[in-house]
Amino acid sequence: MEYLIRFAQVHESFRQPEIQALADLAGVDLEFLYYDKNSPFCIIKVQDEATARAVIARSIIAKDIFELWGQGANFDDVHVDVRRRTEDRWARFKDDSFRFTIDSFAGKRNEKKKREIIQSFSFLGFKGPIRMKNPDQDFWVFEDYGWDLSSPDILRPRPEGQEPRTIYFGRWIANSSRDVINKYDLKKRRYISTTSMDAELTLITANMAHAGPGKIFYDPFVGTGSFLVAMSHFGSQTFGSDIDGRSFRGKEMEKGGTMGVLSNFQQYDNVGKFMDVFTSDLTNTPLRSYQFLDGIVCDPPYGVREGLRVLGRREGLKNEEVIIDGIPAHYRPGYIAPKKPYGFEAMLNDILSFASRTLVTGGRLAMWMPTSNDEEGVVFPVPMHPNLEVLNVSVQPFYSWSRRLITYRRLPEGQVSDVSQGRQVLDSEGVYADQLNAFRRKYFTKNQHDTVSKSRKESPAS
Amino acid sequence: MKLITVNFLACAVKGCKTAPASYPLHFQDAELELQELEFQPNFILNIIPRIDWDGLRVMANELGFPTIPDTKPEGDALKDEQILRDLHRVLLETQVVEGKLCCGNCGHEYTIKEGIANFLLPSHLGPTTPIKKSPGLLLTKPLALSLN
Repeated sequence: MEYLIRFAQVHESFRQPEIQALADLAGVDLEFLYYDKNSPFCIIKVQDEATARAVIARSIIAKDIFELWGQGANFDDVHVDVRRRTEDRWARFKDDSFRFTIDSFAGKRNEKKKREIIQSFSFLGFKGPIRMKNPDQDFWVFEDYGWDLSSPDILRPRPEGQEPRTIYFGRWIANSSRDVINKYDLKKRRYISTTSMDAELTLITANMAHAGPGKIFYDPFVGTGSFLVAMSHFGSQTFGSDIDGRSFRGKEMEKGGTMGVLSNFQQYDNVGKFMDVFTSDLTNTPLRSYQFLDGIVCDPPYGVREGLRVLGRREGLKNEEVIIDGIPAHYRPGYIAPKKPYGFEAMLNDILSFASRTLVTGGRLAMWMPTSNDEEGVVFPVPMHPNLEVLNVSVQPFYSWSRRLITYRRLPEGQVSDVSQGRQVLDSEGVYADQLNAFRRKYFTKNQHDTVSKSRKESPAS
Repeated sequence: MKLITVNFLACAVKGCKTAPASYPLHFQDAELELQELEFQPNFILNIIPRIDWDGLRVMANELGFPTIPDTKPEGDALKDEQILRDLHRVLLETQVVEGKLCCGNCGHEYTIKEGIANFLLPSHLGPTTPIKKSPGLLLTKPLALSLN
């Protein structure tokens, strides 16, 4: 069956990967029949309504999902398509209460025209009462006028009187989890800092990493614990560490109050999902090397606001005093372990190698990393590891730099991903793993992304 | 510091990790706190295979917990809710708020203060080989420019 997803028109390169990740998590076969990054409307094929619900339930970037009843370039075509696809279903809804809503993207209609459009669907023969609140059946007409990409303000809707590019008609099935963003709004959170990632992106990250009940998730750069909060929302047990203990302790704790990260779990009434935070450095991690983590999520320090540091001493500096007054210096109160500068790539490699040692088979690593937008700037290759398959790369562009979310999957022993390809490939917006990973291309020929790229080239599938 | 976390930890000192005596870390002067938390049987069931049972028994013994079975629960024992509840109590509800974790191999002590352990090492115990500099890959410059 075909379903229409209505996305928020934000974070475009995260939208398909998030839906794909949720389909994988639900064990659902999903095919993208139509997707356009400039449109909020996307058509997917899944088995039935139950699977459609399963896919959308946790989505953060999608708003809702509809059973697709018809589509076309004008209303005559839509009516024909609706008749062709759904005539056998009309009787089922004949006596239900219902409602019609029109949603225009990048265009607008006046009330009179809207009424005419709704009237034009009278051939459906619904005899039930019209109910604007909680109707049994909720029908939607979507008009996509397409952004006027030549206009200086593309976000402004086209003036009235124009005709839409594509029209869809559908029956509402389910809402996503998009409203959860509001619950975790940083503005209302007790403990944050300037580097805390916003609720929407942390929740999307949690979806990409398959956070869920019964699982254990770790953030090696925990900071104020934004990721722990998002992972725990989906039911995971969470723990984290940071080289700077002050980041998760917070000022309140120094004054005798609650630890910062814990106070967030208290605020969201989810203390049972918080395991621990401890002070440590990923290169000298006390975590044992065996596969016990379901997921690792992190936004490593970029070295922008603060230089990257790892435990150790700069070359050329004198060794520290090890014994002071007969007590080893590092056991004295107030001891601060020395730190030295750390290369960005060395850190990324450390993260990947740590992930390959500690993730269970099929476990996921979702890692943010920055990159420059500027062709002449420093281009960071997608870091790769033989035991980790790159699933997708999503990009959040800023004015002159971007950050990317790269999602990896721990491969079973004996399967190895080809890491020679990705290192030279530059990523433009929303590069799929297939383009970066020859292994994946070869062994997953039936995967969804091929279908996407095909249907992108063709006109929208009917 | 919860016992489940400590079960996943060994000494951070390089060269210690491969030594069998570096695991489990041993509690000293441990001050315990019990915090009731929502019981999640699914989590306990999923985590049992990943728990180092011998390590857990040593730790529980050091802290004076008598209820740890000799062998890891399997089969029908996993259907016994009391066993899962006992494990929930030991792994998730028990907190070491103050004390030390000691390595049985090198003797290094990691302090736990207000429930938070510190695993940062002094430099003579950390990595001995300096990390190679990779010119052009230190992001500081281009990004700092673009972000002002």
